[in-house]
Amino acid sequence: MSRAEQTRMRHEALGLTNAQALEMHRFMLAARMLDERSWALNRQGKAPFVVSSAGHEACQVGTAYSLMRGSDYFVPYYRDLAVVMVAGLTARDVLLGVYARAEDPCNGGRQMPSHWGCHRLGIISGSSPIATQIPHAAGLAYAIKYRREAGVVMCWFGEGATSEGDWHEALNFAGIHRLPVVFVCENNKYAISVPQSKQMAVATVAERATAYGFEGHHVDGNDVLACYEAAKTAVDKARNGGGPTLIECTTYRYAPHTSDDDDRTYRTREEVKEARRHDPVHRFQAYLKQHNLIDSAELERVTEAIKADLAEAVEYVEQAPYPAVDDALRHVFYER
Amino acid sequence: MPVKNLINTIHDTMWDLMANDERVVVLGEDVGQRGGVFLATKGFLDKFGEERVIDTPLAECSIVGHGIGMALGGLLPICEIQFADFIHPAFNQIVQEAARLRYRSNGDFGCPIVIRAPYGAGVHGGLYHSQSVEALFAHVPGLKIVLPSTPYDAKGLLRAALYDPDPVLYFEHKKCYRGVTGEVPDEDYEVPIGTAAVKREGDVLTVIAYGLMLHHCMDAADRLAAEESINVEVIDPRSVAPMDWECLLGSVAKTSKAMIVIEDNRTLGVGAEISARIGEELFYDLDAPVVRIGGPDIPATPYCKVLEDFFLPTPGQIYDAMLELARY
Repeated sequence: MSRAEQTRMRHEALGLTNAQALEMHRFMLAARMLDERSWALNRQGKAPFVVSSAGHEACQVGTAYSLMRGSDYFVPYYRDLAVVMVAGLTARDVLLGVYARAEDPCNGGRQMPSHWGCHRLGIISGSSPIATQIPHAAGLAYAIKYRREAGVVMCWFGEGATSEGDWHEALNFAGIHRLPVVFVCENNKYAISVPQSKQMAVATVAERATAYGFEGHHVDGNDVLACYEAAKTAVDKARNGGGPTLIECTTYRYAPHTSDDDDRTYRTREEVKEARRHDPVHRFQAYLKQHNLIDSAELERVTEAIKADLAEAVEYVEQAPYPAVDDALRHVFYER
Repeated sequence: MPVKNLINTIHDTMWDLMANDERVVVLGEDVGQRGGVFLATKGFLDKFGEERVIDTPLAECSIVGHGIGMALGGLLPICEIQFADFIHPAFNQIVQEAARLRYRSNGDFGCPIVIRAPYGAGVHGGLYHSQSVEALFAHVPGLKIVLPSTPYDAKGLLRAALYDPDPVLYFEHKKCYRGVTGEVPDEDYEVPIGTAAVKREGDVLTVIAYGLMLHHCMDAADRLAAEESINVEVIDPRSVAPMDWECLLGSVAKTSKAMIVIEDNRTLGVGAEISARIGEELFYDLDAPVVRIGGPDIPATPYCKVLEDFFLPTPGQIYDAMLELARY
């Protein structure tokens, strides 16, 4: 078998069809283009606040794609645009949140953008304080195990989150009870401006899993298939009663922390430029092209389709109404 | 009708709730093998098993955070914080997560958890086994806060808390655990959260108190009736969030005088809010300034008995204040 043929086998060896590989690419590209459009809208003064996911597409799509939509649970953090798109949120849904419109399915314009949640899609609502969602993921996994259900919970966070007590307490609890939960660390090397070396005295987050009694794996977070492989293995293990897994995906965020941040104060342009050379979207496109799953014309067609979808979404949300003022008083408690 | 003390009532009520509903789990430090340091879950492990009676790691944030996740997964968790003084590591999970989950999701998610915690002084617990923390949480929209003072209320409020679709903090006064007894019906019943109880009818002045202070007020009111023929109305709000303003303000409108007795620090406590509402809404009905009695602004009671006694209002002090207000 030639080297090229061996490489071609990669997604197939993971049980992914060509159509699925192309769908993963579409999710990655759609997230990247939505992110870029959001920044453009921010610079036009139309989107007051943007959290960027650019650079994280491989680890987000690769891990999220291993879950079963409809029965598994997504517990994202605020950078997980591609995760929630895999879970089922559309560009229109996301932009309704960016524009804080009444129809925003995640929170009706109450939270800042990127604080997703959707009961129907199994996306658990999140807040802003770091790592608070991680015990929720473990507790949810406890309930699934207790009820003898087949679901698996996946929980995403950055490496900064691993400094919080919530993170340690959740991994400890998940290890004790061997819960069906997969912890995914998107290690982009910075918690806003603070580098990994000031967050922890160990080389990897993954090695910490040993302290909680389960496996930790480190993968290239810019390789969508590597992320999928690690996540699928962990999800299968969790579903079969094998307990939790920690997966650390090394990646990079190309933009500042948010549209309110200026990353020039803490990292060089050369460093960012170098990171962009490992762009996960381009890398997966190269793979697909190399194996004739997509050509330039088809890539252009996909890009244009996403662009048209985005244009339609922007037009829709710009016309969408704000919530009624009185809505601010609703849903403090259950409304019968 | 059986007569029980407060802690046995809580034990028996949780037992019945768990026996009748498999969604109910209890989690906390020492709740399993030990049966809780106050024995609230004594025998639960043998009866319900370790899946439902969860001895947690020693981490309060974890107890509440995992409880929230369990509630999201369809369970009805009762989280036990061993002492209210130790609830602070869980403050963020309670205030930012449990309380706001419904609001922040525009009603898409709820958080039906109960958090039980023993509070209050009078048991020589020093600074860290005596605190009253209800006002810290009463300030937070999205939380319900109940403080049963009698066994009857303890049973009815615990059932109501468990089946409430929102997070409920259920604070139990340690001094009342074995010192307060009362009749408790065998059958299931609920005391609706947000309904006060007129514990003693009267027409001269209204006294509002809960927990240990309610019992001190009842003692003082009985003495005042016997010695001075002054009838004081004593009201137990039973929950401070939501507060039964209709009952409280209706009583003060009737008697024209109000006194609030809390064990917590007086400044910015529950009494301050009650006093403010009375001032706002009943200014023209009042025959005297509102009287507030509460602890001094020191961090709960010191260990030494002399110092602890200084902190806590006594029935004698309450009696004197009632008499003075009645004669105003």
